[in-house]
Amino acid sequence: MTDSKYFTTTKKGEIFELKADLNSDKKEKKKEAVKKVIASMTVGKDVSALFPDVVNCMQTDNLELKKLVYLYLMNYAKSQPDMAIMAVNTFVKDCEDPNPLIRALAVRTMGCIRVDKITEYLCEPLRKCLKDEDPYVQKTAAVCVAKLYDINPQLVEDQGFIDQLRDLLTASNPMVVANAVAALSEINDASQSGAALFDLNSQTINKLLTALNECTEWGQIFILDSLANYTPKDEREAQSVCERVTPRLAHANAAVVLSAVKVLMKFMEVMNPSGEYITTLTKKLAPPLVTLLSAEPEVQYVALRNINLIVQKRSDILKQEMKVFFVKYNDPIYVKLEKLDIMIRLASQGNIAQVLAELKEYATEVDVDFVRKSVRAIGRCAIKVEQSAERCVSTLLDLIQTKVNYVVQEAIVVIKDIFRKYPNKYESIIATLCENLDTLDEPEARASMIWIIGEYAERIDNADELLESFLEGFHDENTQVQLQLLTAIVKLFLKRPQDTQELVQSVLSLATQDSDNPDLRDRGYIYWRLLSTDPAAAKDVVLAEKPLISEETDLIEPTLLDELICYIGSLASVYHKPPSAFVEGRTAARRVLPTRAPGSGSTSPDSETTSTPVQQSTVILPSQGSQGDLIGDLLNMDLGPPMMGSSTTVPMAQTQDAAAIDLLGGGLDSLLGGGAPAAQPAAAAPFGAQMGAGAPMGGGGNMGALGDIFGLGPSLGVTTSTGYVMPKTEWLPASKGKGLELSGTFSRRGREIYMDMTFNNKAMQQMGSFAVQLNKNSFGLVPASPLQVPSPLMPNQSVDVSLQLTTHGPVQRMDPLMNLQVAIKNNIDVFYFSSIVPIHCLFVEDGKMDKRVFLATWKDIPAANEKQFTMSNLPLDAETIDSKLENNNVFNIAKRNVEGQQMLYQSLKLSNGIWVLCEFKVSPGSPDIVVSLKSRAMDVADQVYGVLELICRN
Amino acid sequence: MIGGMFMYNHKGEVLISRVFRDDIGRNAVDAFASMSSTPAAGSFPVTNMARTSFFHIKRGNIWFAAVTKQNVNAAMVFEFLMKVSDVMSSYFGKITEDNVKNNFVLIYELLDEILDYGYPQNTDTGILKTFITQQGIKSQIKQQFGDQPLPKTKEEQSQITNQVTGQIGWRREGIKYRRNELFLDVLENVNLLMSPQGQVLSAHVAGRVVMKSYLSGMPECKFGMNDKLTVDKQGKESETAKTKTSIAIDDCTFHQCVKLSKFESERSISFIPPDGEFELMKYRTTKDISLPFRIIPLVREVGRTKMEVKVVVKSNFKPSILGQKIEVRIPTPLNTSGVQVLCMKGKAKYKASENAIVWKIKRMSGMKEAQISAEVELLPGAEKKKWARPPISLNFEVPFAASGLKVRYLKVFEPKLNYSDHDVIKWVRYISRSGLYETRC
Repeated sequence: MTDSKYFTTTKKGEIFELKADLNSDKKEKKKEAVKKVIASMTVGKDVSALFPDVVNCMQTDNLELKKLVYLYLMNYAKSQPDMAIMAVNTFVKDCEDPNPLIRALAVRTMGCIRVDKITEYLCEPLRKCLKDEDPYVQKTAAVCVAKLYDINPQLVEDQGFIDQLRDLLTASNPMVVANAVAALSEINDASQSGAALFDLNSQTINKLLTALNECTEWGQIFILDSLANYTPKDEREAQSVCERVTPRLAHANAAVVLSAVKVLMKFMEVMNPSGEYITTLTKKLAPPLVTLLSAEPEVQYVALRNINLIVQKRSDILKQEMKVFFVKYNDPIYVKLEKLDIMIRLASQGNIAQVLAELKEYATEVDVDFVRKSVRAIGRCAIKVEQSAERCVSTLLDLIQTKVNYVVQEAIVVIKDIFRKYPNKYESIIATLCENLDTLDEPEARASMIWIIGEYAERIDNADELLESFLEGFHDENTQVQLQLLTAIVKLFLKRPQDTQELVQSVLSLATQDSDNPDLRDRGYIYWRLLSTDPAAAKDVVLAEKPLISEETDLIEPTLLDELICYIGSLASVYHKPPSAFVEGRTAARRVLPTRAPGSGSTSPDSETTSTPVQQSTVILPSQGSQGDLIGDLLNMDLGPPMMGSSTTVPMAQTQDAAAIDLLGGGLDSLLGGGAPAAQPAAAAPFGAQMGAGAPMGGGGNMGALGDIFGLGPSLGVTTSTGYVMPKTEWLPASKGKGLELSGTFSRRGREIYMDMTFNNKAMQQMGSFAVQLNKNSFGLVPASPLQVPSPLMPNQSVDVSLQLTTHGPVQRMDPLMNLQVAIKNNIDVFYFSSIVPIHCLFVEDGKMDKRVFLATWKDIPAANEKQFTMSNLPLDAETIDSKLENNNVFNIAKRNVEGQQMLYQSLKLSNGIWVLCEFKVSPGSPDIVVSLKSRAMDVADQVYGVLELICRN
Repeated sequence: MIGGMFMYNHKGEVLISRVFRDDIGRNAVDAFASMSSTPAAGSFPVTNMARTSFFHIKRGNIWFAAVTKQNVNAAMVFEFLMKVSDVMSSYFGKITEDNVKNNFVLIYELLDEILDYGYPQNTDTGILKTFITQQGIKSQIKQQFGDQPLPKTKEEQSQITNQVTGQIGWRREGIKYRRNELFLDVLENVNLLMSPQGQVLSAHVAGRVVMKSYLSGMPECKFGMNDKLTVDKQGKESETAKTKTSIAIDDCTFHQCVKLSKFESERSISFIPPDGEFELMKYRTTKDISLPFRIIPLVREVGRTKMEVKVVVKSNFKPSILGQKIEVRIPTPLNTSGVQVLCMKGKAKYKASENAIVWKIKRMSGMKEAQISAEVELLPGAEKKKWARPPISLNFEVPFAASGLKVRYLKVFEPKLNYSDHDVIKWVRYISRSGLYETRC
């Protein structure tokens, strides 16, 4: 007699029959009936009507029957919560059963019944089971805590179950430890507050490592996965953990191996990269990774996706192992494609011959996807390994000769990329490409071919005919092809204007008049106007030199890569996406690789105590806080009274600035209009505190005055610079920055100096990991905070970034005085350039000298320290000059009228304490203004005069 | 962790469905069913639909699927699915639709035990069988089964729970044999990819040491082989070891029972074996592999309708040794209309359904050579697509280890019982089979 009969469908009266059987006295009959019920449940039939009858069978000493009933309960308790209560008593009783198997079964099942009413009854038995003498019951109870947390997190925290779980970490039984760790990790991830409910410290780490040697393979995975979340204190600790994890690399279970690899990869980050230990570890990692490739294809796939990441992070691990990634004839396609990808990543000058031979072999296979990818791979090799480019091109030509349609098309697409990488090198093959023009039917291939024709129009005699042939079916083409065709014909026209005028006319009218596609129309109009207004400019734009495409267009963006390394073995590493991309709702905090603490290479005692790796990678911007906080911050920034030297200000990105205006316009007005701060305690509290601590103002009257100031809010606010700002100049041209174009200027606003930059990515790849460093300079300018460039910066994207500077850095006199040498780093390279800081950015706010002091100082400074300049042709009156200067922290001390001439006395102070005194002489009749500067350090005089003139003239 | 586990037949009908987490609904079950009923060849083993990830493996006609909405350890899920299929087959034999249906109660009970809230628990069949005592029903032997009474005494019960959770979760105490005996099989798969010119593109041996132990008590075993590192380490003590050839093992993995930390530090393989058969270790070598056979292909396309094939097989081992079950598979183009084969040794046949000439030789001793020549007639112009020329593959079995691995010793210590290493009867056997043994043509 077998169970399969339960699957056969029965007639209509089935439920009644079952009901009768369930209530039968005979045990056998009962059991049969329950089995039938379960079978119907499995295939999706609704048997919930039998709930009371099945529950009645629960009180039995037959374990098999009990298990079946429990199974039924788990499924239907949710839809029949009232009925489920009937079962509670039996559960509670079973939790006291002398047989540990029954105790565990009861607590396990109870956790699976997700009904609120039941969870109340669960707490007591669970507490007992967590302290049970039997490890089997304990390990089951540990998992049950995680189940309960999912239903009711508050209850778990209130009842102290988390502490009990923590205690289990020190249990003697390895499996109890493993399950406790698994439960705690899950609770940690799920925790809403985000606060770590369980912290790994070196003591628990030790416990875990001990249990690691003894528990089941699955337990080892749980332990290794949570070890990977630990950030070691220092290099020595990292080494000692690695020491005890490396033996796991020889485990038969691939998941154990991968999790161990994850721990090692992560901990390697805190080690001295040139140290001996890293070298040994690197050597140890390769063989187990290769061994994973002999596992079942599904595991192989997971392993390959991870190897793909590992190779990008640490290419030296597998650089010798190219051969193992050669594709086998009967590998499943998903394994083949992945191997191909890794082969290219490992390709280097040394092994390129071998790789190419293999790729050529693959390109003759049957599977279309695989063949396409192989052809593409040849192109990628050419771009990656320059020495092989020639061989790759000839291989591609061979493949084109096969005339296999999709091979040809794929080859043309990659040849276009090769042209982009090595311009003017392989044009001799264009003729061969043109022969295959007719066979191209895929948009990408057509577009590529058209691009090639347009780009090299001057070398192809019949370029106009070729392009004209495409024009016939212009409206049936894919947008990509249409756009490309438009550009190519314009290029052709610019290169050979005499005989292609008709062609360009017709394509422009096709694009602008007959097309519904806005992109196409816009591009058409732009070209048209360019050509009609300024053909020379059109030439500059359309035939501009293109940035070279970079070698690795398909590398994973470094910050994402680092994050994925923390998820080795998991789904995230298979999808190559961060978990937030595919996991719903709450997600645990982003994981980041630990960073090596400075000086942790040495073993001096103080380095051990001070070197805690920085874990926080993302700076939380103030806009995420509540409104009140934000307002507080803003006030702090621009209205903070002079003595608040320590006010911490955060440079805000453009988007936040916009929000700030809004807040100032709406929120604050009403807030201040209300008068009494107590009315909005939450929002006004920081505001009031600020006032109290700062300016000695009291009462509501002054609030009104402040309101006035806020009326001007936006103009005084953070967004607009108070002083004169020079237009941005190009600091780093794209040609020198490997595609990164950088322009910028300096400004002073809200008492702080900012370096305002525009980053423009003109390369073909994403950029990320930006950082900045300033060389020592005359005024000790250093960044106040790390450079915050939104990463990744996509190709053709440009962002504006403000970097706040302080003047507390090391000082070294530069020549010219205001020269500032800057290094910008990104994932591609480090770039150096120098810029001139306009000196008025360094004029500080408290540069107003007392009248008498001014007079005394003026007399005190010897005449040798005076310099006179003349601003010619500047018809300004004293008032205008005064207000212009005032905005730039050049303060008026006195105004006099001497013999019809207006005299202005101004003072300013530089950030390093140098005072400069100025005298402006304005004669009503003459357009010239005479300026005298006096300072104890005359080195700055020229610079100061320069900006004064700029300010006045602006 | 795993949110649910399902089993489907090839039509996509659900046979087993066990949901552990709330986020997995019935629609997930059906979503996969619709996917698996039309399984695209080589479709990815993990897919994500509507933020739900589906893992699947296929055993026989049955799909095993795991579903989750979290960022789970993917390697673990696959390893677990494979383990589930192993556990099931050790209970009721082959995984077939009938067997699954016949044993669904057992399967639910097993799943309940080995997967708690999506966390894999102890999956050792030896231990599971001590307390999940339903016998599996194999389709051939339709026997009646009765409930075995659960262990009654308290000692027995706690003994079970201790084993399930214990440090030696793979062996129970109190095993007794009249004759202490053990069998060691060194099984190797030789993999080769050779260019038509006879250049080795890649070659490796994937080996396994399988042990069958019938030993009393809790014996501690120590296993030694001619691994280069081990031999070198002991070389100072015994000079004789140096003279023996040793081999370089690229990497090896061990059964759960082997003390890995001891291997790491002393490179000694010591363990308490499970009872019965298990895989002690797996290893991989790439250096100095003795390739038992070599294929020399010669394929010539004569015009558009004819192709000449000549293949020579050379055996490359001691003449006293016999190679067995040799099978050469020579692929032919899809538009083959007829084949004439001529061979002196063995039997050869053109199999149209497999698009290949299959040449079988029952036995072949070392240092010999055999040849086949064939004329393949092609239908002209029927197939425009180019023929991919799949490689010629070879199957064989030879009674030696192609990697050169030798078992040096296997010592057994059982301190509590009165039998010594000498009383144990030990059998060692070496077999090398072909893995993917291919020559491009």
